[in-house]
Amino acid sequence: MRNAFADEITQLAARDPRVVLLSGDIGNRLFNPFKESFGDRFINCGIAEQNMVSVAAGLAMGGMRPVVYTIAPFVTARCLEQIRIDLGYHRQPVVVVGVGAGLSYANLGATHETLDDLAMLRAIPGLTIVCPGDAMEVRGLLRASLAHDGPVYLRLGKKGEPVVHESVPDIAIIRALDVRRGDDVCLLSVGNVLPIVVQATDLLVERGISPRVVSLHTVKPLDEAILRDVFAQHVVVATVEEHSVVGGAGGAVAEWLIDQPTPASARLLRIGCDDRYLCEAGGQSHARERYGLTPASIAQRVEAAYRHARPLTMTEWVAS
Amino acid sequence: MNASHAQHDLQDIARRIRRRVVRMSHDGRAPHLGSSLSCIDILVAAYWGALRIDPARPDDPDRDRFILSKGHAAAAWYATLAQRGCFPDALLDTYNQPGGALPEQPSPNCAPGIEAATGSLGHGLSLGLGMALAARMRRQPSRVFVLLSDGECNEGSVWEAAMLALAQRVGRLCAVVDYNKWQATGRSNEVMALDPLADKWRAFGWSVCEVDGHDVDVLVDAMKAVGEHGEQPSVIVAHTVKGKGVSFMEDDNNWHYRVPDDAELAASLTELTPT
Repeated sequence: MRNAFADEITQLAARDPRVVLLSGDIGNRLFNPFKESFGDRFINCGIAEQNMVSVAAGLAMGGMRPVVYTIAPFVTARCLEQIRIDLGYHRQPVVVVGVGAGLSYANLGATHETLDDLAMLRAIPGLTIVCPGDAMEVRGLLRASLAHDGPVYLRLGKKGEPVVHESVPDIAIIRALDVRRGDDVCLLSVGNVLPIVVQATDLLVERGISPRVVSLHTVKPLDEAILRDVFAQHVVVATVEEHSVVGGAGGAVAEWLIDQPTPASARLLRIGCDDRYLCEAGGQSHARERYGLTPASIAQRVEAAYRHARPLTMTEWVAS
Repeated sequence: MNASHAQHDLQDIARRIRRRVVRMSHDGRAPHLGSSLSCIDILVAAYWGALRIDPARPDDPDRDRFILSKGHAAAAWYATLAQRGCFPDALLDTYNQPGGALPEQPSPNCAPGIEAATGSLGHGLSLGLGMALAARMRRQPSRVFVLLSDGECNEGSVWEAAMLALAQRVGRLCAVVDYNKWQATGRSNEVMALDPLADKWRAFGWSVCEVDGHDVDVLVDAMKAVGEHGEQPSVIVAHTVKGKGVSFMEDDNNWHYRVPDDAELAASLTELTPT
């Protein structure tokens, strides 16, 4: 994802002289092509994220289109106030890019994990929150974010994730993407878990269940049209995210659901990281196992909910 | 675009703004009067002596920017902008009134000339740095002035901005510190060991000018020099008196939070009668 970001932002800077990239002392070689072409529009802001976000706001007030880039916990929790006041309150068109979100840097421990950013940022009025599912979505959604008239948080994984889309999809902020059609259950995939969600649905197909996969890349504002559709069409709807179950995308969907005028018959399942720190060594795949974010574990939970929620067929009823 | 005024005129303008600010605090039941009174000569020096602005064209992209980073002194900023002709004086009557346009601390675009909403300390210098960088990238002549309080210099983000401004060689950025020696609950040199403040800025590589923050002429000269130090950012450490202009408020930190009653308002206005 981050290589796609670096390449795409370089292309966008060529097209728009207002684009300026601010980095929190990371991505050194990654941004060499950007710096070679647009050195006067690259600012290494050092390890000082609060200042970096406010400087970006000032640049935007001066007519530029800043993109702020550093590791996700440091560009969210560390400078939350600068985001809520200088970007949110002032409605400045700045794209805040958190790289290595979720469990991407689990090997570095909880200091570098980002399981609470959505919970914090969802409460900021007017902040658009975008979580691309793969490198192709990164490209399309970065373009859309820079064209958006207001602050955007763009939540990225790291590098080398499997690519789900063959090319850059026709994508827009809010409008969720159907990735796989199915009838029985629907998995709302949020951000960098998209590849494992697709793998989980392969397992569900093997178990005779027809799964639909939607990339719910925009957590705020939610795509209410697709939510109405999935809760009307499917028996089980599961959100999947590399984020705490507290206040994340699952929380956002649950809040939306409870506010609907008529109760949904579909069961909502929130799949994410349970509410605890992981205090042990191990990288992303290990941490995903510990939090139950593997294709097998996701498939198992969805299948169990489906078997429980769906009325039995006559044959099954007789057999039971 | 600069208004040209004799020293006496500027002192008279400062006195008028002080009268207005005391009345606004009284009518709006708003605190931070001491903080507002301490920075009014700095505001007058900026708006009448240094800033290249046209009150009729608040959106001119080439204008100089001014940010009141110590947003709790908003009454002083509002009154200055009204006096300078940026908006009608009558708008000041809405200050801190429910539903009014002018909150106790400025909200975004609440009035012409309000370049940024402030109130949480430690944001303004970074915003100003961003504005100065944008002006340089867009080849605009704008200079950016940011007024900080001494207590505000407790915030680490101020020093983050100080380091980046030097690294980026932003010579058209000027910080002015309203050094009234008080913060909310104590002496600013005791709460956080702020002293020696000018030396701290020197150590951060800024061009430092230490002045009497109530001498408008000296302030004007210092501000006019901004941008003339090449690529070095400037700071004016302005020694001030909190509550300046009203004898019973001067250097009395109770006026950080107190609001004048009717008698105190009358006494203040008597002291601030134009000579």
